[in-house]
Amino acid sequence: MTTAPITMVEGKAIALPGHDIDTDRIIPARFLKSISFAGLGNHVFADDRAAAGGDHPFDRPEHQGARILVVNRNFGCGSSREHAPRSLQRWGIAAVIGESFAEIFASNCLALGMPCLRGETGTVEDIQQLVQEQPGVHFCLTLEAPTLRGLDRHWPLTMENGPQTMLLNGCWDATGLLLSHDDRLRRTALQLPYLNDFALSN
Amino acid sequence: MSTGTLYDKVWELHRVAELPGGQTQLFIGLHLIHEVTSPQAFAMLDERGLGVRHPERTVATVDHIVPTTDQGRPLADPLAEAMFSALEKNCADHGLRLYGLDSGQQGIVHVIAPELGLSQPGMTVACGDSHTSTHGAFGAIAFGIGTTQVRDVLASQSLAMDKLKVRRVSIHGSLAPGVFAKDVALHVIRRLGVKSGVGYAYEFAGSCIAAMAMEERMTLCNMAIEAGARCGYVNPDQVCFDYLRNRPYAPTGASWQRAVTWWRSLASDGDAVYDDEVAMDAGEIVPTVTWGITPGQAMAVDEVVPTPDQLPPGERPLAQEAYRYMDLQPGQPIAGTPVDVCFIGSCTNGRLSDLRDAALVAKGRHVADGMKAFVVPGSQQVARAAEAEGLDVVFAQAGFEWRRPGCSMCLAMNPDRLEGRQISASSSNRNFKGRQGSSAGRTLLMSPAMVAAAAVSGVVTDVRTMLRTAKNTETEPVE
Ligand code: SF4
Repeated sequence: MTTAPITMVEGKAIALPGHDIDTDRIIPARFLKSISFAGLGNHVFADDRAAAGGDHPFDRPEHQGARILVVNRNFGCGSSREHAPRSLQRWGIAAVIGESFAEIFASNCLALGMPCLRGETGTVEDIQQLVQEQPGVHFCLTLEAPTLRGLDRHWPLTMENGPQTMLLNGCWDATGLLLSHDDRLRRTALQLPYLNDFALSN
Repeated sequence: MSTGTLYDKVWELHRVAELPGGQTQLFIGLHLIHEVTSPQAFAMLDERGLGVRHPERTVATVDHIVPTTDQGRPLADPLAEAMFSALEKNCADHGLRLYGLDSGQQGIVHVIAPELGLSQPGMTVACGDSHTSTHGAFGAIAFGIGTTQVRDVLASQSLAMDKLKVRRVSIHGSLAPGVFAKDVALHVIRRLGVKSGVGYAYEFAGSCIAAMAMEERMTLCNMAIEAGARCGYVNPDQVCFDYLRNRPYAPTGASWQRAVTWWRSLASDGDAVYDDEVAMDAGEIVPTVTWGITPGQAMAVDEVVPTPDQLPPGERPLAQEAYRYMDLQPGQPIAGTPVDVCFIGSCTNGRLSDLRDAALVAKGRHVADGMKAFVVPGSQQVARAAEAEGLDVVFAQAGFEWRRPGCSMCLAMNPDRLEGRQISASSSNRNFKGRQGSSAGRTLLMSPAMVAAAAVSGVVTDVRTMLRTAKNTETEPVE
């Protein structure tokens, strides 16, 4: 099971300033009441958008069609719900740039082939300011030497090695890889006392 | 890089292979599932024609969407019923154990796995739920995962993971009366911040932790994720072994001794190297309450809401947002804040000792006029044990509703929810905007005893004053 390599993401960007934006805000729990992800629809940031009365970045006409989300620190903290990156993806987001990400959120993004790249505080704030002033700018985000380019400018970014390699090689859908090591999995299981010496009795 | 810690040892034992890109394939010893984050994983499995690799290592229950009043089937909410039925079908199709409503063991996944003796030292535990960190109380490496990773565990009993760094958080000394594990958790998060744990596993150590019962350790490890740490753990010791002995899935007979010997060997070595260490004094911890919209926006109950200039510049914008959302003014005392709803329950504080602590405050008192107060045991087993010692009656006489087990108003995926701008005193773990079911609803996190104190007085109250009153009037303690 191979997936397509992801080497770059192109398009407009959208800035969502603020630290500690949690997954309950990205997708409120009431939209999780479904046995499929299809029900997520366009509910990303539903409550924040309602509270902003149409003035939320995700509702503003100039940001429609944006592909690169630019956030600050600890984005995606809280609940493990994969519905959060999926609802962003359904809205159109294909990559996220931020100062830092909550871990479960980042690994959920990776599982969906959505790169999370990190930038220094100054870098991220600079990009956010540019996006707010000139929302129409077309950006190009490359993963190999992680960089964002736009308007003849460029911003250096970083990425963890593991996710970077997996995205670049198209092996970010881990299932196939995990299944290919069945022998080694068996060997590991054989040396775990709780699976052999005192396994579950029934 | 850490060496010789429990985390290092358990990681090494479960390492299957190194993956291209530097991630590790890690064997998962115990996989817990529930109705919210698993149905899509089973669908993905079916799409690829894959089966469950180790059906005996996955255990299911239903907790998030179950009503806490009428639990008759079909559930009144058709969406909830559909999720429950899907879980039943998936478990039946793949031969997985499901602790359903008629099992006598149903409850919040993080409450029942320890009760059943499923969570044990030295295991890797994964669940599609961020509070999986709870099981670290047993000296397990336990962490939350997303739905695609649930699929991976079902298919391969393993995950692609990056190794975490290890920070030892030592808490020395003893807790004053009226100060509970929940206060320790909120204090740690307040001191270290909600982002500090990103990239780390937290090892909780020190004399304060050693003196804690397993239920208290679970409360603390449960909240590790609120500090950003995907897993938190405590080294296994006699307290842990005593808890596990005779549990349904605990080893028995000769295996028990072998298990204990192995478990002991897993504890972090005396000369273990940590990536970072911090220490705190338990004597400094007082009853703690959140005032804002993250668990890190917490304060001592006898302080005033921090003013912007008392906060680091980076935290001020979020504080401004919190003042507005919570309708609290900087500089105002939190004690005396009127509360509309009181909720005692959740995987943080829905265990028997939590209900006892709350009942001690509720006994002989009555909830304030107009207050909605309810108690949701974390599991059917907790409910039975509480009823056997009369806690349900204590609560009922004090005007609290006694409900059936589930997640309830921790995240309000069932009918229990805040309405409009209601403000709750809650023993749960998250005070995020909209968390308790109303997009304008407000949450003050605190210990179960503090929730009970708020319920009977109608306002946020320092529970220490009530414990003193209880003693002076010689109110009979609830045993
Ligand atoms: S009680 Fe709350 S935090 Fe715990 S599993 Fe249920 S919803 Fe999640």
